[in-house]
Amino acid sequence: MTPGTQANTILEIHRLTKQFGGLVALDSVDLFLQTGEIRALIGPNGSGKTTLLNLVSGVYTPTQGSVLFKGRSVANKRPHLLVKEGMKRTFQSARLFRDLTVLENVMIGLHGQTKGGLAGIVLSLPGIKKEEGMICDKALEALQFVGLHAQAKALAKNLPYGQQRLLEIARALISNPSLLLLDEPAAGMNPSETSDLVRLLDRIRERGTTIFLVEHDMNLVMEISDFVTVLNFGRKIAEGSPTEIQNNEEVIQAYLGKKARYA
Amino acid sequence: MSLKKGLPVKTLFYLTGAVVLAALPILIRSNYWIGTVNLAIIYSIAVLGLNIILGLTGQLNIAQAAFWGIGAYTAALLNTRLGWPFWATFLVAPPTAAAFGVILGFPTLRLSGRYLAMATIGFGIIINLILHNWKEFTGGVDGIPGIASPVLGPLRFSTNASFYYLAIVCLILAALTQVRIKNSRMGRAFQAIKDNELAAELSGVDTFKYRVVAFALCSAYGGLAGQLFAHRTKYVSAETFFIDMSILFICMLMIGGAGSVAGSIVGASLLTFISVWLRFLQGLWAMAIFGLASVVIMIFMPTGLAGLAKSVGAKMAVRFRPDLQKERAELPQEVSH
Repeated sequence: MTPGTQANTILEIHRLTKQFGGLVALDSVDLFLQTGEIRALIGPNGSGKTTLLNLVSGVYTPTQGSVLFKGRSVANKRPHLLVKEGMKRTFQSARLFRDLTVLENVMIGLHGQTKGGLAGIVLSLPGIKKEEGMICDKALEALQFVGLHAQAKALAKNLPYGQQRLLEIARALISNPSLLLLDEPAAGMNPSETSDLVRLLDRIRERGTTIFLVEHDMNLVMEISDFVTVLNFGRKIAEGSPTEIQNNEEVIQAYLGKKARYA
Repeated sequence: MSLKKGLPVKTLFYLTGAVVLAALPILIRSNYWIGTVNLAIIYSIAVLGLNIILGLTGQLNIAQAAFWGIGAYTAALLNTRLGWPFWATFLVAPPTAAAFGVILGFPTLRLSGRYLAMATIGFGIIINLILHNWKEFTGGVDGIPGIASPVLGPLRFSTNASFYYLAIVCLILAALTQVRIKNSRMGRAFQAIKDNELAAELSGVDTFKYRVVAFALCSAYGGLAGQLFAHRTKYVSAETFFIDMSILFICMLMIGGAGSVAGSIVGASLLTFISVWLRFLQGLWAMAIFGLASVVIMIFMPTGLAGLAKSVGAKMAVRFRPDLQKERAELPQEVSH
């Protein structure tokens, strides 16, 4: 392990920087995630939140700095390898396999943990049938967990938007990830769906999954998270408990502007 | 009602199908039309390959004729130069074509859409130029004549009718193989790449690996079709495996229904027969008609004949089975578009 690592730190981000041409999307950000916590990442639009998630999950390569997942660097690892090591994520706008059924969408989430090969598939060997049955059972279990099991046979594209977001979470949960990255999970949800989501996130934490979420819905953030990290213009401007963040002068300025006055 | 049991109807359907397929040469009689059926079977296998890369994985490959040609030339060369029998070339031609599929698939991993399409066109043209111009090896414009008919013990598959039985067994095995692939974790990985490559990668699918695997499988099917073609026509020449056939294979798949195993076969067979009936129009006019039909189908019926059959079947089922009506009403309705 690298110096400064604690045994229960699941994700370490050191001086992480990402430049797109001349634009600095993320500027030397440090961030440490403890196993079992729910951490929210907030900030105004364009502050670098999704860029950070993309760097952590291996979609982008950093310009500078490093990301360690379970003490090992994610550099030069393609995303599916990080999935194998226990990292899963969802997207800002649900990215589903629209022409497949709800069940099949979730089954794909277990791809990295299964290994049926061409010969076995073509010859329909017993091992393949057994594995397929196991994948199907686990997928139904994951659907049950998020409350979508009744829609298992529907096509993903026919689900209402709020349920599509839940389907994405089920697809992530099937492989029992140790770290779950959620990019605005409440976007497009109505208030009752959002309060269901809060309960769902609590239950995911109880399973032992660490949650790192980007979110705009402040009520949800303040209700659910143990710690909040705030970005503005690619820099980390504050970090602390939800109450600390709510009373942080710099955060209020970032969201409301410097000369905000209420008459 | 027997409809509700399901199984006997299915068994009956397959039995009838098997009897019809077995009796087809006797029913048709005409040597010419059996020859056309054989051609339709060979095209069906090539289109099944295209279905893996284009229908399931969603990558536009305009080089299937090249893989078809590689399979045909591999069989022709091994048979005429080294005296290898059908069964030996059968084992070698598909893997050889698959190796070329990897050669095309690997460097084009980061390409998609029209850029990938252009790269595959380039590949097809290069292969065709090699077949045309490497005279010492491929016979150049003269091609390779004198390929032997398949022989299995006392059986000779030299007539169209006897070759039909060999070809139809190959097609059935190719189709069954593909059904199994489609319904496996590999098939789901292909379809995930088609729907959303990034989401597939972040769900744990090694998208690079499966894109290359899809190219390899596509070209293996193409190679098998080529091997059968070489032993059926007993002669191969380069102009057969030109880009116009790649485009015809795509038309066959689109009209039949991209992603559907049955659709691939129906589309290939239909267009084979139509192009024979349209022979009086000369080749180019037939291609123009297929091109137009493909465009019309992609606009009005993007899921092809297979999709049409499926939606008609679903409507019929609801009409005749009230118990399904309720189930359907409970399904979530389409929300967008």
